[in-house]
Order: sequence, then C-alpha cells, then structure tokens
Amino acid sequence: MTTLSVSHLTVNYQQVPALRNVSFTLAPAQVVGVIGPNGAGKSTLMKALLGLIPVVTGTLTYGDRPLSQQRQRVAYVPQRSHLDWTFPTTVWDVVLMGRVVSTGWLRQFSTASKRLAMAALERVGMADLRDRPIGQLSGGQQQRVFLARALVQQADLFLLDEPFTGVDQKTETLLFEVFHELAAAGKLVMVIHHDLGAVVKEFDRLILLNKELIATGDRRQVMTADNLLRAYGGLAHFGQAA
Amino acid sequence: MLSWILEPLQFAFMQRSLAIAVAVGIICAAVGCYLMVQRLALLGDALSHSLLPGLAIAYIIRIHLYVGAFIAALVSTYLISLIHRRSPVKEDAAMGVVLSGFFAAGITLITVIQKDNKIDLAHFLFGNLLAVTADEVRDTALIALVVVVSIILLYKELLFFSFDPQGAEAAGLPTQRLHLGLMMLVALTVVASMKAVGVILVLAMLITPAVTAYLLVPRFHHVMLASVVCGVCSSIAGLYLSYYFNLPSGPAIVLVLSGIFAIAFAWHQWQKTRAPSATIF
Ligand SMILES: Nc1ncnc2c1ncn2[C@@H]1O[C@H](COP(=O)(O)OP(=O)(O)O)[C@@H](O)[C@H]1O
Ligand SMILES: [Mg+2]
Repeated sequence: MTTLSVSHLTVNYQQVPALRNVSFTLAPAQVVGVIGPNGAGKSTLMKALLGLIPVVTGTLTYGDRPLSQQRQRVAYVPQRSHLDWTFPTTVWDVVLMGRVVSTGWLRQFSTASKRLAMAALERVGMADLRDRPIGQLSGGQQQRVFLARALVQQADLFLLDEPFTGVDQKTETLLFEVFHELAAAGKLVMVIHHDLGAVVKEFDRLILLNKELIATGDRRQVMTADNLLRAYGGLAHFGQAA
Repeated sequence: MLSWILEPLQFAFMQRSLAIAVAVGIICAAVGCYLMVQRLALLGDALSHSLLPGLAIAYIIRIHLYVGAFIAALVSTYLISLIHRRSPVKEDAAMGVVLSGFFAAGITLITVIQKDNKIDLAHFLFGNLLAVTADEVRDTALIALVVVVSIILLYKELLFFSFDPQGAEAAGLPTQRLHLGLMMLVALTVVASMKAVGVILVLAMLITPAVTAYLLVPRFHHVMLASVVCGVCSSIAGLYLSYYFNLPSGPAIVLVLSGIFAIAFAWHQWQKTRAPSATIF
C-alpha cells in the first residue's frame, strides 16, 4: 500500500516561515481536501511535495522511498490564475504536455499517447473542443483541460491547486466524479480548496492548515468550532455555515 | 519583374547578403517566438546590446569575434539572473542596468580601438549587410543550423516549459537547463544577426515577426512557422529595397517588418469588429 507521509515539514520564504512542522500520513484510495484561509500555506505544501521549493526540514516519503525519487508518479494541476491563458496553444497541445516526460527526449508522441489524450478529453467532456485555443475557453473548460492533462500522466498521486475556483456547477460535479473514480482505482487525490462551502462533504478526509497543521481526519473530527476558530480566527462563523 | 529580382543576384556580394539575411530572418523569427510567449522581449534586447564589449575584447586578443560576442552575451544573462536572485531587484530593472552598462563598455572599447584598426562602430550598431564575407556566411549558416536543429529536437520540451514552467518542473523536466539552453540559442542568434541588422535593431528581428504571427494563428508551431515566413520575406524585401534605393539594409528590413505587423494588426482589428462574439463563449 502506497502511503504518503509528510513528517516535520517546515518551509520558509526568505527566512519567513510559511509552514511549520507539518506532519500527516495519507493512505491511498481517497480524496483529500486541503483547506485553510488565504495565505495558510496550502499551495506551499503542494509545491514542497512537488519539489518546486526547497524544504528547510522534514521528510516526504511515498511508499517506502523518498517522494523526490518518484516524480513520475505525481500529477499536478496548478492554480488556474497562475497560467498564461493568452498563450498560443490549443486544448489538444496542452493535454499532450502530460505525455512529454514519459515520451522522452528526441521522440515524438506515440499513437498510444495520442489515444490516451483523446480518452482523457472524452472523460472530461472536451473532445469536441480539442482544436480550440485555450484563451477561448470558459473557466470550467480550462480546468477540465488541465484535469485531462493530469489524467494522461497516469500518476498515482494527484495534486490539484484550487480546481473549483471560478468553475461552473457542471464542471464541479464532473471534477468530483473523476476524483472519486481515481480514488476507487487506488489513487490518492489531494485537492486544495479555500472556502468551507458545501463541497467539503465530498472529501473523504480533510487537512486543515494555517501555517501549521490545525487538524486532520474526517469531516467531523476537523470541522469543529474550536479548530475553525484556530484556523480562521474571527471568521470562524463563516465556516460553521457549511 | 523577373529581371528586377535577378539583376542584383549577379553580384557575389548580393548573394552573400541574401544568404545571411535569410538565415538570420529564420532564426530570429523562430527564437523570438519563445521570447514573446515568455515575456522576455527585453532580454533579447539586453543580450544583443551586451555582446559589444565581447566583440571589442575578441578583436583585441585576436579570437573569433563571434566567440567573444557569444561569451559576453552569456555573461550578461548570468549577471542579470544573479542580481535578480540575490537581491529584491526585479528582473526587468536588472536587465536595464546590465544592458546599459555592457553597451557603454562596448561603445567605449570600440571607440578606443577603432582608431588603430579598420573597424567601424556604426557597422556593429546598425549592421553592414552588403559587406559580409564568405567566412561570415559560413559561420552564420552554421549557427542557423545549430539553432534550427535544437528547436526541432527540443520542441515539445520547450513548449511545455514556456507555457507552464512550474508544471514542467513538477513533471520532471530540467527547467533550469532548458532555460539556459534557450538563452544560449538567443545569444547565438543575436551574435549571428549583428552583421545583418546591428545590435540595436536585432530586437525587431526577434520580436516583430513573432507578434505578427501571434495575431494571425493560434497554435505555437503555426505561430513559429508564420513568424519565420514573415521574417524571411522581410529580410529579402528589405535587402532589395536597400539595393535599389540605396537605403541602409538593417533599417530597411526592420521597416518592412513593421509594415507587415501594421497590416496584421489592422486585419486583427477588422476581424474583431466583424465577429465580436467569436471570442469567449
Ligand atoms: N514566492 C513567494 N515568496 C515569498 N512569499 C511567498 C511566496 N509564495 C507564497 N508566499 C507567502 O507564503 C504564505 C503562504 O502562501 P500560499 O502557500 O500561497 O498560501 P495559500 O495557498 O494557502 O493561500 C503567504 O503568506 C504568502 O504571502
Ligand atoms: Mg494558494
């Protein structure tokens, strides 16, 4: 069984701590929500898992080896607002980017890769729009394209940064459908979500962060008035509405 | 019409100029596409200005001018990223500082040595396409070959890296090396272009074809092809204009490029008014 374990993780930006001493373990085959207020270090946690930023202390293991030796098992969907949507590229080209590393240097995409890309686009309902420039997609459609790109990586661990921000209801439903399918196939899906709306019910497990780990467990263990007060401070009432 | 085209080609110097203009038109237009999508137009400018001191030093210590220029361009990119990484100074400001410092050093050095040697500062600043030698044609062709082959071989990696650098790094691509490789391609390109248009106008050769193509077609490799077509056509047209009307060749090429961009821009505006609902759906 491939467990993700984060132990005593501390991350700084120019000496200012963004995450302090965070530890948790996650079993596979579940959809995990990472929640917490703005600036809580949720994106930082994901970037540390991905090796995009240096960690000060802490170990990240996946299965019985360091996560850093198993990058090809991880798929990442960056925050939509951090991408350049005016870039001259199409849905199809973006999805194929998920096959670049497995294709290898100096090679062209194989027929198998193209078939995977087509299947992923069909799964997210974007096959008809595959030739469309990415700048002409709605927020929900953009998010589906990136989900398709993650799917073709055939990873075991999926990390998604705020996939629900600015997407329509239909896309939200579809995203959760796919997440649950992945979990049913034994994958671990970690999803950052910054508010505490009704969707929190959809997660099998939650990680509540605010610079440090406030709580982790199922919804009832995490969403207590006390935890929310510690994470959100005066805004805790906003959480209890969920 | 045909004789109008063929007449200049009976001269060996025009054949050489044309060869260089086409080679430079291709590689500037291709490499410029990466600079455009990565918002690094200013870096192209910085690299081209900063190769001047390398040229002068190469002249003094008698090594190949292109080698000196290439090294100076790489040193300047390194300094820009050093200043940017080690201090709160933003990248564009760092580029401004390094670009102007290197440029000033280059002008000073060349002014000092040009009295004793038969070199002319103006030729480096504005190019001297009609006076290229057979050796320069050979070197430029070699550089063009390296640049084009590199882009073809690294196409899918460079596209992923340019569009989504963090995603590419997370997926396991060596993004720092890709960035360095790209900077070396830019440096090679500006070195090769110096003869054709000079260091001041090379920015136009890099960026104008790319943005023109960007207004016309939606996929990156189409943008690159359209950009190359635009770059090559402008180089040839500019060269003929310069031959027949006795204009400086570098500025003539850039004027043609600007004209094509203006037409593409007008066409783009007209498309927008014609089909206002064709955008976000
Ligand atoms: N590149 C960076 N440089 C400096 N500080 C950063 C950087 N990225 C994030 N931070 C800071 O680190 C903290 C956590 O950020 P982040 O992980 O993005 O939070 P979240 O995703 O939970 O909103 C914030 O205070 C933010 O300002
Ligand atoms: Mg964030």
